[in-house]
Amino acid sequence: MNKLLDALRSTQVWKSIFRHGYPDTPRNRTLAILSNVFLHLHPVKVRRSGIQLSYTWCMGGLTFFLFLVETITGLLLMFYYRPTAELAYQDIFALREHVPIGVMREVHRWAAHLMVITVWLHMYRVFLTGSYKPPREFNWNIGVILLVITLLLSFTGYLLPWDQLAVWAITVGTNMARATPFLGHEGPGAALISFGGLDFVHAGDDVRFGLLGGRFVGDAALLRFYVLHCVGFPLVAAVLMAVHFWRVRKDGGISGPL
Amino acid sequence: MGQLIKDLIDTVTKPVPYFLGSALLLAVVLKFRKISTKLSLIAAFFLIGSAFLVWAWGDPNFNRIVTKPDNVPIIILIFSVVFFSWLSLRRAYLNDERIKAGRPSLEGELSKQKVFTWPDLVYIELICMVLFTAALIIWSVSIEAPIEEYAATARTPNPSKAPWYFLGLQELLVYFDPWIAGVLLPSYIVVGLMAIPYLDVNPKGNGYYTFEERPFAVSFFWVGFLLFWVSFVILGTFLRGPNWSFFGPFEYWDLHKLEPMVNVDLSTYFWVELLGQPRPSAPLVREAPGIAFILGYFLILPKLLERPLLKAFYAGAREHLVRYHVFMHLLLWFGLVPLKMLLRWTVSLKYFVGIPEWFFNI
Repeated sequence: MNKLLDALRSTQVWKSIFRHGYPDTPRNRTLAILSNVFLHLHPVKVRRSGIQLSYTWCMGGLTFFLFLVETITGLLLMFYYRPTAELAYQDIFALREHVPIGVMREVHRWAAHLMVITVWLHMYRVFLTGSYKPPREFNWNIGVILLVITLLLSFTGYLLPWDQLAVWAITVGTNMARATPFLGHEGPGAALISFGGLDFVHAGDDVRFGLLGGRFVGDAALLRFYVLHCVGFPLVAAVLMAVHFWRVRKDGGISGPL
Repeated sequence: MGQLIKDLIDTVTKPVPYFLGSALLLAVVLKFRKISTKLSLIAAFFLIGSAFLVWAWGDPNFNRIVTKPDNVPIIILIFSVVFFSWLSLRRAYLNDERIKAGRPSLEGELSKQKVFTWPDLVYIELICMVLFTAALIIWSVSIEAPIEEYAATARTPNPSKAPWYFLGLQELLVYFDPWIAGVLLPSYIVVGLMAIPYLDVNPKGNGYYTFEERPFAVSFFWVGFLLFWVSFVILGTFLRGPNWSFFGPFEYWDLHKLEPMVNVDLSTYFWVELLGQPRPSAPLVREAPGIAFILGYFLILPKLLERPLLKAFYAGAREHLVRYHVFMHLLLWFGLVPLKMLLRWTVSLKYFVGIPEWFFNI
């Protein structure tokens, strides 16, 4: 067995992929991190405080992991799902009825709930350890935006099954937008924006209308939420995560006193 | 006996005792850190908590609400938030003791040593991923994701709830109009969170758990996150039923339960009750007392408190004046929430300023 492995490791193919021996020496451990595009998110060495679970709670890492879970399961779900009011519900129902051992929707849904919790706990931990203090102020800000995007991702995904729960939760949520000061037709100040008795902010053009693409949660809202859920917000989140991780290293390294 | 406990729980989880009790509990936990951070206490919480869940499972009303598939995350949230709050406070307590004894914080000591990312960190990440993948698969196989009936815009479910993570905001709708509860306060929460690093000028406690070096910051966040966010989510999920009426965890969600709500505007209190005359019809005159109160609250109060509080924001530059007023503005909006809640409970106050003609109600 060992001989076979040795033979495998000396082939040109293996050597072309892995540029170093097994990472059990300082040199190879360094190379393991530096020569791998994914692992080189990390520095070669980290502070011991940074790997202590009771300090870091691992919540940031888990959030990232759950984002990846959501991306993979979400991609699989997209094969089966058509975002129209006519078909969406059937497609979700068919996932349960026709796809053998179909748990992808379950994994996607439960991981989404979990991700909201891990993001909150991550923020909680970062606050309680004062890890937003200089020089990490800006990265805390990126983190707050990522928190909001996580909630928006979950919120836009909530509508997609197109069942009673989905449509009414989104109706309740987006009804708030009606009351936006000046921009919603039931918001304070909206009535001031009228000229010659003509209202400029009304149910047919206020922020809620823009959000839903209509006066109520219908086909246009579903398509909007679908596109934002599957493409828009994940893209923004991915870019901001790149910034977030990069700044962790630039602003003093992971989890440790400064 | 069982029924007695159920009735007791239904009573103490009514909004007023629930909120005041939680606030008191937070204060006690933070004050007596030496006792509240004991290992036996968290162990007892987990034991009693799980035993309670098992026991309450048998109750049909409890079971119907708490064991809904989409409410499983709330149970996870409760246990994990309690655990991590305890853990952070315990580490803060231990660090405070170390610092008092002249030693560096635990994190400070550990951070002097360095370890190779491979294998020490990479393996932790791998194990975490494997464990969570396994847990997610088990969860997904055992509990099916719910799907309700096909959406019907003509049939409004009762209660209509926002997604669970927004239920804290929906709870605020009991006390405020949508433009405050749904637009202004959420925006202020985001802005306020982003402003934290620029408002907190205390250089201590950077990167390690501590309570005594930043008592205000930690307490404030506990109040904001635990009392006004997480506990409101729990309240909104488990204790709000049809018509957004309050229901205890063991109470049947009766569609016809209506709580009499006679809420009174400040202007009615002022003109009718105090001066004994009908309310003037011009909105600005009618609401003058409320407007005066709001202006005093947001403009004069921060000016009055400037003298004792301003120096806390001084970090060697003149920006402390900006810092102070930004902070006070955010704080006063935050403070308006418990203020309004208390006034609603005690004197049934509806609005400080109520101008429905302009959709302007505070």
